[in-house]
Amino acid sequence: MKTFNYHTPKDVKEASKLASSSSAFLAGGMTSVPSMKLGLATYKDIIDIKHIKKLSGIKVSGKSVTIGATTKHVDVATSKEVKKAIPSLAKLAGGIGDAQVRNRGTVGGSIANNDPSACYPSACMALNAIIHTNNRKIEASKFFKGMFETALKKGELIEAVEFQIPEKSNYQKHPNPASRYAIVGVYLAKHKKEVNVAVTGAKSSVYIDKDLSKKLSSSFSSSAIDGIELDSSEMNSDIHASGEFRASLVLTYAKKAVEAC
Amino acid sequence: MTKVTIEVNGKKVSKDVPDHTILSVFLRDNLNLTGTHVGCDTSQCGACVVHVNGKSIKSCSTLAADVDGSTVTTIEGLVKDGKMHPMQEAFKKMHGLQCGFCTPGMVMSAIDLLQNKKKPSDSEIREWLEGNICRCTGYQNIVAAVKEAASKM
Repeated sequence: MKTFNYHTPKDVKEASKLASSSSAFLAGGMTSVPSMKLGLATYKDIIDIKHIKKLSGIKVSGKSVTIGATTKHVDVATSKEVKKAIPSLAKLAGGIGDAQVRNRGTVGGSIANNDPSACYPSACMALNAIIHTNNRKIEASKFFKGMFETALKKGELIEAVEFQIPEKSNYQKHPNPASRYAIVGVYLAKHKKEVNVAVTGAKSSVYIDKDLSKKLSSSFSSSAIDGIELDSSEMNSDIHASGEFRASLVLTYAKKAVEAC
Repeated sequence: MTKVTIEVNGKKVSKDVPDHTILSVFLRDNLNLTGTHVGCDTSQCGACVVHVNGKSIKSCSTLAADVDGSTVTTIEGLVKDGKMHPMQEAFKKMHGLQCGFCTPGMVMSAIDLLQNKKKPSDSEIREWLEGNICRCTGYQNIVAAVKEAASKM
């Protein structure tokens, strides 16, 4: 691994000041450290934000669950408050990677990286999340820009993610057996006025399947999406699953998610 | 360079190392604690699992500087008064290892499991050990060993 300077700022202002075009914020490091070791990413400065206290913690209000950027997956998975407010979100966190990864990995890191197979982006999209940064609030639908790309600007730091509490929700995932990343993951959320079906793993970035969402918004039952054929032309195709198989998985897991609600 | 001061297996150590030093390298090369193994080196195989402040983590994907001020326990720190830890005893008794390469990580992960759940079921053990890969595929006896240890601890 190439050498870098390691920084431990005490607050967000200091962290932001340290940022440059050749720096990265470090939270759990479950992706960034292996990426640096493999030479896929090199930085001059690594800015460890774990010591900034205000970035960690879970707050539940009547309408939303707000999770601090450096809150670990294990803390979301085992939180009584999250389990009560949005059980599917706790389930999602408890299914990421493995126990050791969940002891280190964070929600902020997951969405800032925007891996096309990561679980959390689908929760953000389905639960109409608002991403709070040190400068602004960004709606999830405008945050995820493409494969490993987000709306974050240089020096902009995610402080927390605010998830809207739905009436019902469920997350279904077909995991890669080694990494537990989603080959396909479907996060379904039924809100008062609409149903969101967010899909991860299937395309170059997380997306809302508009067709499935529309059909389920007018009739919330798995039979409402029976026989739908999803276009597989833009779906990922690799040694784990072909595009056609992924399309089939999206529909199967959307149905499973409806039935589990 | 950065100064890393941690308590490892009950002993306080302090070393100046390059900022990008990985914890598994720090333990193996700087402290000669070679019981912590490095298998895949990309945090999937779990041979490098150690405890930081009591929780199991993958030391191959953690910076040494990142755990400055923490308490670290490696496989070498489990022996008390010359006696093996009940988890190590159980792995020996139930033939929970073949080549032994994955064993330090398996043992450290399994101890963390029992800290979270005293009497885990077979499926809970298998789920918890998802992040530990045994290429001898000796999983049956590993699960049996964890169950044996759970009955003794």
